[in-house]
Amino acid sequence: MNPVRTEDLVVSRNRRHHRDPALAPTTDIREELLELEHKGELIVHRVPDPHVLVGTKYGRQKKIPMGNVWHHKSCGQCGHIPGYPTSIIWLHKMLGLDSYDPTNQTSCTGWNYYASATSNSLAQVSVACRNFAAAYKDGFYPLIHCGTSFGHYKDVREELVTQPELRREVRKVMEKLGYPLVFPEEIVHYSEWVYAVRNKLAALKVHDVSGITACVHPACHYHKLIPEDVVYDDEIYNGERTAVITGLALAFGAKVGDYSTWYDCCGFGFRHILVSRDFTRSFAARRKIEVMINEANPDVVLAQDTGCVTSLDKSQFAVKPHGVKVGVPVISDAQFAALAMGAHPFRVVQIHWHATDWRPLLEKMGIDWQSAWEEFQEDLERIKRGEIKHLEWGDVFNG
Amino acid sequence: MDESEKKVWAEVLAEAKRDPRWHHSLHGCFECGVCVGSCPSARYYDYSPRRIAQAMAREDLNLLKEIVEEDIWNCSQCYACTRCPRGNSPGGLVIILREVAVKHALPSAVEAMTGYTRVIYKVMTTGTQVSSDMLQVDAFPDWGPQVADTSKHLDEWRQAIPTASLWGTKSSAWNVDQKTRLELYRIWQMTGVMDWVKPVAPSVAALLEEEFEEALEEEGEE
Repeated sequence: MNPVRTEDLVVSRNRRHHRDPALAPTTDIREELLELEHKGELIVHRVPDPHVLVGTKYGRQKKIPMGNVWHHKSCGQCGHIPGYPTSIIWLHKMLGLDSYDPTNQTSCTGWNYYASATSNSLAQVSVACRNFAAAYKDGFYPLIHCGTSFGHYKDVREELVTQPELRREVRKVMEKLGYPLVFPEEIVHYSEWVYAVRNKLAALKVHDVSGITACVHPACHYHKLIPEDVVYDDEIYNGERTAVITGLALAFGAKVGDYSTWYDCCGFGFRHILVSRDFTRSFAARRKIEVMINEANPDVVLAQDTGCVTSLDKSQFAVKPHGVKVGVPVISDAQFAALAMGAHPFRVVQIHWHATDWRPLLEKMGIDWQSAWEEFQEDLERIKRGEIKHLEWGDVFNG
Repeated sequence: MDESEKKVWAEVLAEAKRDPRWHHSLHGCFECGVCVGSCPSARYYDYSPRRIAQAMAREDLNLLKEIVEEDIWNCSQCYACTRCPRGNSPGGLVIILREVAVKHALPSAVEAMTGYTRVIYKVMTTGTQVSSDMLQVDAFPDWGPQVADTSKHLDEWRQAIPTASLWGTKSSAWNVDQKTRLELYRIWQMTGVMDWVKPVAPSVAALLEEEFEEALEEEGEE
């Protein structure tokens, strides 16, 4: 089956959504947050200028900072797919935007919470507020790299705002740690930033990706938790699904292939990926990758979260002998943009950490990965010889 | 279920219902099946989010016992079930029930920690859940030959990442300051999480105390 035509995804048909913030089914929690600040209960960390406004599901506007961000990294990305955060930082550098890579950050610890429940609301809100206070003291605005952290922090915001007793307890914890109680004006996911700057990024592309078909997997904790805060665009999927990832792929000129199980999760399961991986493998391969191949035959799967990239990529190897159709590389929207913009596939995109064969994709994008691999091998040799301790951004941009 | 057992499960339910999130997650059930049709776990396990919503709405203690003992750890926590036209969140009910199960060290919670305690230790000590040194062939044989490559070249590969906070990190996802780790440990202490972890993962609690108590004393903290 051929991929869905790009124009089918972007052209607005007769069916238009009437987006009126006044008709949203939920109150705007951000206004309640500002009221709490007005009452002196907490500090609201404002989105710095310059920022851009993007639309969300019910027509509310969301501020996306252009630079001056505190990279709230993802533990899964940094541990197992380090080209993911590195590409996000590289994109900032390519646009000349200032950002900060902190070491006083913990993860949201939400992965463990959803997997084992060895935590509670007070702890989860406290972990979030400690990170936000650290970012505030550092003078940078938190940009959340992880889909689960993004959704989890919005759940945390609901709890903090709507439960006065919990707020009092969290304030006590923060006082004992020596931090003010701070919460950001907006919880911003990096893919929203990528979406907001997609045309600026696309203007810097050096590889033609018009021959590439991508299937898009939106992360559950991005678009299913607190969905009223998620970026939608009437021009993409007629405004019926989130516009992130797809907006980026289309801006770069790639084809987006639709498939029937787009709403399904990746099979990550939080605990399953670690201790019940038979479920993850089966679901990711049979319910996602095989369906994508049957219905859209993609060159690449684009995702926006740690767990999704991991599950969809790593689950393909073991099922192949069972005759399941697999063999599609899985990367993030940020990695895809970086590759198309000429980022080094190994120094920046760190594609060698990915399991499913990425070589056909790179070749189809016109990237000479063999030469790049030889350059990277020389980097590794220099590290082993002690000539350099580690690769630096200077090596990336001048090397 | 005898009277004493009823009393136990009635208290489990009462504790779950005291969670302020409970009533936002449960509004009755049409039996439309949208949650089951959307649920990834329902495809592979004998698991039904509809059964959970119905049992909790009816406050059926026999089903509650079955759900806590057999079902809750199968949930994928993807929240696809929030497609419910009544606004239910069976996944939200599950996370609350999991918390109660952990807090009281119910058998299903203790069993759920089997093979998982290393992860709890990692996240509670470093603030990051996974690290590159976990990528070992014996742990992830199903991920293919790339795991062996990573493991073999781990030292130099971790140095060859330009993101400075990742330089050389193998036992944590990024370099987390010691001060930050101590603050995280204090959060676990102050919020009661340490008390929850002790019964379900005693070895983790012991290791955490060994690792952090002395450092806190040196800083003049209790």
